[in-house]
Amino acid sequence: MAEKTQRLEVVTPEKKLFSEDVRFVVVPGVVGELGILPDHVALMSGLKVGVMRVQQEGKTFKMSINGGFVEVRNSRVTVLADSAERSDQIDRARAEAAKARAEQRLAAKSADIDVLRAEMALQRALNRLKVLQ
Amino acid sequence: MANIRDLRRRIKSIKNTQQITKAMKAVSAAKMRRAQDAVVAARPYAKRLMDVLGRVGSATRGVKHPLLEVREPKNVVYVVITADRGLCGGFNSNVIRKAALEMKNHPDAGLVCIGRKARDFFRKRGYNIVQQYVGLGENVNAAQAREIGEFIIQKYSSGEFDAVYVVYSEFVNVMVQKPVMVKLLPAEPPQAEAGDANKLVDYIYEPSAEEVMGALLPKYVINTVFQGILESKAGEHSARMSAMDNATKNASDMISKLTLTMNRIRQDAITKEISEIVGGAAALE
Repeated sequence: MAEKTQRLEVVTPEKKLFSEDVRFVVVPGVVGELGILPDHVALMSGLKVGVMRVQQEGKTFKMSINGGFVEVRNSRVTVLADSAERSDQIDRARAEAAKARAEQRLAAKSADIDVLRAEMALQRALNRLKVLQ
Repeated sequence: MANIRDLRRRIKSIKNTQQITKAMKAVSAAKMRRAQDAVVAARPYAKRLMDVLGRVGSATRGVKHPLLEVREPKNVVYVVITADRGLCGGFNSNVIRKAALEMKNHPDAGLVCIGRKARDFFRKRGYNIVQQYVGLGENVNAAQAREIGEFIIQKYSSGEFDAVYVVYSEFVNVMVQKPVMVKLLPAEPPQAEAGDANKLVDYIYEPSAEEVMGALLPKYVINTVFQGILESKAGEHSARMSAMDNATKNASDMISKLTLTMNRIRQDAITKEISEIVGGAAALE
């Protein structure tokens, strides 16, 4: 008998990124990582910037998630991400450049930059690089 | 009666104009397709978000949040979304007219103008423009919408805005764009209807229902603005495409009419000349 699966949907404001049956998902919840198997109880959680891991029939892959929500209901996992990328869609050079830029901004510590924003940018860049590893 | 040279000159000028309208139509058609794809691609997120908001909203009735707070609407703000450019039929004026009509009841209401056309119109008439976003470009992304949304959220939370409405053009299909107004704030999450068991789900919330709701609401505001901009973009291009299509057709009509007149005048002149020659020859005999 085939293993039980659940439907995973990843949508961002710009487009639907992913919609397939998967076996197991790990999402970066605000209070810690959440592993979700089929027939999980209904759940609603915020997501922070982090890595989402997905196990599908015979393969696993990672996605970077830049905050959002996850809703689990009737073996349907819906990830509403502010933005997300699959590991093969990430441009390493761009992420490195973004990381360098953010670090530079934070180091400069001048008054005319938004520290919070630079920190968020750095976090996102680091997260993308982490997914690539 | 117009002479042949004048007619010829006019036909030439109309042909030039027709070439321009034809090119603009082709460009708009391409842009429209892209804008339409963007609207369609953005719909799943909007739908899921509203679904979730509805379910969480009905499960967390009574939760307090700055964006849910209903105040006496003293400072009403209208977010008006138009295009940056004209030459698209009644597209911009329809939206502006709708907004101006709504504002009759609140003449001192604030305005957040997205798009050059709205800004120019309201600035010229001395309306109170609180904020403007002009030249967002062709491919509006979620980050730009977030900036606008966060501005509105911040103003609402600080009590500077008491009610926020969005006026934009809904993209129904290529031929129809409907100016609509939606209430953005105070947020009214869609309520689950009684007996709709599917909607009343007993969730486990992490970290808590309040916090989940509190994080969902800003997303709802930002996404409503984003959706409005996308719909407006798609509508703008399709309106421009049909306007340019009409212009091209009108130019064709004018050209054929003028060509007909011109040929008739030319023939008259030739007939006249021949009869003169014949008459002259007859007189010599």
